[in-house]
Amino acid sequence: MSVDMTQTPVLQAKRLVKRYGSVTAIDHAEFELYPGEILAVIGDNGAGKSSLIKALSGALVPDEGEILLDGKPVSFQSPMEARELGIETVYQNLAVAPALNIADNLFLGRELRKPGILGSVFRMLDKKAMEERARAKMQELGLLTIQNINQAVESLSGGQRQGVAVARSALFGSKVVIMDEPTAALGVKESRRVLNLIKEVRDRGLPIVLISHNMPHVFEVADRIHIHRLGKRAAVVTPQSHSMSDAVAIMTGAMEVDESTEAA
Amino acid sequence: MSSTNSQSANDKVAEHDKVADQAGTYVAQFESKGSLVHRFQKFLHQYPVAAPLIVLILAIFGFSLIVGDRFLHPFNLSLVLQQVTIIGVIGIAQTLIILTAGIDLSVGAIMVLSSVVMGRMAIDYGIDPSLALLIGLATGAITGFINGTLITRLKLPPFIATLGSWNVFFALNLWYSKSETIRSQEIAANAPLLQWLGETINLFGARLTYGSILMLLLFVVIWYALNWTAWGRHVYATGDDPAAAKLAGIRTDRVLLSVYVLAGVICAVGAWVLIGRIGSVSPQAGYTTNLDSITAVVIGGCSLFGGRGSIFGTLVGALIVGVFRNGLALAGVDVLWQEFTVGILIIVAVGADQWIRKGTA
Repeated sequence: MSVDMTQTPVLQAKRLVKRYGSVTAIDHAEFELYPGEILAVIGDNGAGKSSLIKALSGALVPDEGEILLDGKPVSFQSPMEARELGIETVYQNLAVAPALNIADNLFLGRELRKPGILGSVFRMLDKKAMEERARAKMQELGLLTIQNINQAVESLSGGQRQGVAVARSALFGSKVVIMDEPTAALGVKESRRVLNLIKEVRDRGLPIVLISHNMPHVFEVADRIHIHRLGKRAAVVTPQSHSMSDAVAIMTGAMEVDESTEAA
Repeated sequence: MSSTNSQSANDKVAEHDKVADQAGTYVAQFESKGSLVHRFQKFLHQYPVAAPLIVLILAIFGFSLIVGDRFLHPFNLSLVLQQVTIIGVIGIAQTLIILTAGIDLSVGAIMVLSSVVMGRMAIDYGIDPSLALLIGLATGAITGFINGTLITRLKLPPFIATLGSWNVFFALNLWYSKSETIRSQEIAANAPLLQWLGETINLFGARLTYGSILMLLLFVVIWYALNWTAWGRHVYATGDDPAAAKLAGIRTDRVLLSVYVLAGVICAVGAWVLIGRIGSVSPQAGYTTNLDSITAVVIGGCSLFGGRGSIFGTLVGALIVGVFRNGLALAGVDVLWQEFTVGILIIVAVGADQWIRKGTA
C-alpha cells in the first residue's frame, strides 16, 4: 500500500520537546502520520519513543512544540482529551480490567445509558445496546472465537485480551489508533492474529501508529517506519527501501541518514 | 466416606446445571472442558454470591436439625435479622471500600461519632430532630471525605489512613460526648425520630424493625448503583486494575473519594439504625462494628484485593455470622465458641476465595 504524502498528515508533531530535569526525553522531535497508513515507530531502549507516543496520546504534556490533528493545532492535558478528539491508544499492559467482562471493558469510561428517564434520572446502563455493539465489533474484526461477550476478560488468552483492547480502539478511534507493543506478550500464533487484526483496522480506514521492538513484525505490516534515536527522528524508511539490518543500524547510530534525501 | 463425598459432589453438579440452565444460554457456552470440580470452581467464580449462599443454606439447615423448630420460628429468624442490621448497614459501606481494594478501619468510629452528633444536636441543643439527623449524616459525609482525601491526595494506604482516622474520630467522639450516654427516655421524649428505626411491624409472627427494612432497601439501592450505573462499573474497575481504569479515562481519584464519602454517609445511616436498636446514644456503643463489618464482607466472598465480589454477598455474610451466633446460642454453646466459629468461618472464606480464584488463573 503506497502512502499519499501529498495529503495533510492526520497526526503531526513539530519540534516537540520534553525534559525531565537535566534529561531531555524528547529533543525537537518531528512526527507525521498520513491517512490510511501503518506507521511503525522503532528505536532503542531509552531513545525516547515512548515519551513521544505519550505526548501524542495525551499521557504527557510536552514542554515545547506543537501537535496537529488534521492540520489543526491541538493540545491535550490527559489521555481522555486525546480520546475525545479521536486518538485511541492500545497500551502495552493491555489496560483492560480483568474481572470485568468484554462488553464492560469495551465501554469502560464511555458507558451507554438507557434512553429516557431511566438513563437521565436513574443513570441506568443500557447493557443490551453495549453488548450488541460489542458483539458486532468483535465479529467485524474477525474475533469470532470469543463467543461469550459476558465472560470476564481474565478468562481470555493474551491474544484475545489484546483483541479486546484493539476492538475498543477501533470502536471509538475516529482518527488514529496508537498501538504500543501489541505483540510483545504474545506467542507466535497469537501475534499472527493480532497483526492481521492491525491490518484489518487499517483497511477499514484508520491510520495506525505501531510501536514495536519486533523487526519482523514491523517489516511485515508497516507502510513506513519512523526510526527514533536520541530523542528525535533519525529517519523515516520503508520496508521496501531499507533492510532490517539497515533499520537497526540507523537505530543504533551505526548508519547516518540524511533526512532530506530519504523523505521522498 | 467416599460415598458421601461423591454424593455431595453430585448435588453440587446438579445444582450447577440447574442454575446454569436458568441463567440463559450464554452461560452454558463457557468451555466445558475439565473436571466437574473445575466447572464448579468456575461457577463459583462467575457468581461470587453463590458460595456464601450455599454456606448460609447449609447453616440454616444444620441448625434447624440441631436446635429444632425454635430456630426456624419466624420470630427467631427476624431476631437474627435484627441482630445483623447494624453489621449489614456498615458492611455495605465496607463492601464499597473493599471493592476498591481499600479497607476502612474507621467505619465503627464514624458511626458512633455520627450518633453522638445526632443525639447531642437533638437533645442538648434542642435542634429539630430531622435537622439533627441531617447534621449527623453530614458528619458521616465529612469524615468520609477526610478519609478519602488522605487516601487520594496524600496517597496514604487506606489501612494506615483509616487506622489513624479511627483513633482521631473515636477521641473526638469521647470529647464531644463528654463520655456521657444520652438516655433512651430522654430521646423518646424529645426526639422520637432518632429511635424511629427501632419500631417494629409484625409479619406472620416475625418482628421486623424499620431499621432492618431500611438495611434491605439500602442493599438494593447500592446493588443497583454498582451493577446498573457507570459509577458502579468504575468502582469495580478502580479496584480491579487502577492503572487500566485510569487509561480507560476513569478519574480513579474521584471514584475513590466518592466511595469514601458515600461510605461515611452510610455509616451515619448506621448511626440512626444504632440509636433505634439500643435506644440510647452511647459513645461506647458499636465498638466491635469495625471488624464485624470486615468479617461480613470477607465471608460474603468479596476479595480483599478489590474488584471482585457482590454486595449481596455481604448481606449473606452478615446473615451467616448472625445465624451461627444465634444457632450456637440456642444450642447452649458458650459465647467463646461462637467467636471461635466466626474465626474459622473467616479463614475458610478467604481460603475458599483463593481456591475459587485459582479456577481461572
